Amino acid sequence: MVTFLGINLFGLSGQLLVGLINGSFYALLSLGLAIIFGLLKIINFAQGALYMVGAFIAWMALQYMGINYWAALIIVPLLVGVIGVLMERYLLRPIANEDHLYSLLLTFGIALILQGAFTHGFGSSGLSYAIPAELKGGTKLPFMYLPNYRAWIIVASITVCFGTWWMIEKTKLGAYLRAGTENPQMMQAFGINVPLIVTLTFGFGVALAGLAGVMAAPVYAVSPEMGSNMLIVVFAIVVIGGMGSIGGAILTGLGMGVVEGLTKYFYPEASTTIIFLVMVVVLLLKPAGLFGKEA
Amino acid sequence: MSAGDEKIRISDLHAFYGESHILHGIDMHVSQGELVTLLGRNGAGRSTTLRSIMNMVGRRTGQININGRETIGMPAHKIAHLGVGFCPEERAIFSSLNVEENLMLPPAVRSDGMSVEEIYEMFPNLYERRTSQGTRLSGGEQQMLALARILRSGANILLLDEITEGLAPVIVKKLGEVLMRLKERGLTILLVEQNFRFAAPIADRHYVMEHGHIVEEVHAQELEAKSEMLNTYLGV
Repeated sequence: MVTFLGINLFGLSGQLLVGLINGSFYALLSLGLAIIFGLLKIINFAQGALYMVGAFIAWMALQYMGINYWAALIIVPLLVGVIGVLMERYLLRPIANEDHLYSLLLTFGIALILQGAFTHGFGSSGLSYAIPAELKGGTKLPFMYLPNYRAWIIVASITVCFGTWWMIEKTKLGAYLRAGTENPQMMQAFGINVPLIVTLTFGFGVALAGLAGVMAAPVYAVSPEMGSNMLIVVFAIVVIGGMGSIGGAILTGLGMGVVEGLTKYFYPEASTTIIFLVMVVVLLLKPAGLFGKEA
Repeated sequence: MSAGDEKIRISDLHAFYGESHILHGIDMHVSQGELVTLLGRNGAGRSTTLRSIMNMVGRRTGQININGRETIGMPAHKIAHLGVGFCPEERAIFSSLNVEENLMLPPAVRSDGMSVEEIYEMFPNLYERRTSQGTRLSGGEQQMLALARILRSGANILLLDEITEGLAPVIVKKLGEVLMRLKERGLTILLVEQNFRFAAPIADRHYVMEHGHIVEEVHAQELEAKSEMLNTYLGV
């Protein structure tokens, strides 16, 4: 056994890897939430359920239609994005001018309905989804064995997250998004179709959850509860990072995954609560979150 | 003057914010190449008139013809594409965008907008500060940026709300020169202005507003004769 200062390096690096995997999903989900919150000021409680729906669509596509993982990576986010577009257009827009509490409750209701429907259809025990053949196996590193699929998750998630960050911070489309977040009425006066941008942004934000769902299918059990388990942690991460901060959501997502992994190694009893402890400390010291702007 | 020269014609315009009835039947028109001001005290309804043209008020009724198109039922984002550029009183520079991003933000609404080179030639300060965050600019520079971005979009009907408010005399003078240049290029300008001394020498006509009504129309050559009446309305 390789140890350093009494630390089992195999165990530690293993937990770090698990932490990074979880962090990859946290980052994708909190990024979607942050984008949606930034422009629509809606706290989308259905984000976790749509992540679950993404995983189920991938599972059904494979079981019933033989659509493989790689195709699902493209098709599922598009489908979940369409669900988001319809949700925004027909459910959220009619209450857009009401108190934000209504949209929060509405999305919470949607989450419960989706979770209930899938529990009714598939039971709650969880289904398995095989790792695609191309990503089976792994690599032996000095302190650990790195399964290829897990490496793929980390790389893919970071690529998608930073690609999204780049699009928002550095492109014209992103400038529309940032400006629309700040002053939608003025954007309308410039001739920009803000309602359309709002719809597409919501669609994109939930498509990220769908993508996370597909990527999660081979590592976590595909079950109706997978989203609600994830969502509470992801909300804590969004609060830690700062509501609406894009870069903050990504970095905090990855970072909290790692923190969680380290806690699992050093003090496993606290591993499920550590993120909430961090949240409390951050809220006390910096209420706007680590990357949020002070109001 | 033929009707084809008319850029804006407003008839019986009423505007509401929630329960409050702000405009009570406005009738006015602005022709191609004219610079027309809306004068009046605070709360007279001048800004609301501009915002009504942009469909930025709660509710509006009546007729607003822009370039011969009826716009009362048009969604807000379609109005700019008739060639209208709006510069709001609060300037609305975006803090999440730098100066150049602010400048490039409004999509082109007509093809013959000013080029970025022309804009920077007209406002050299903006070029020097093009990478600064938009709201880090001085008040005068922000005003220039707010004006510059609609000029770049090609808008040829400008609705300008209190552009000289709170600015140093040297900048007010600069803005006056800019408006004269725009007028020479044939742009149509509807200006809400508190500073009568700024507006008087450059405007062709003035509408005086009070309590959501237009109470007087004054042509530039009548200013002298009607100065007594203007004093009473404006309290200058």
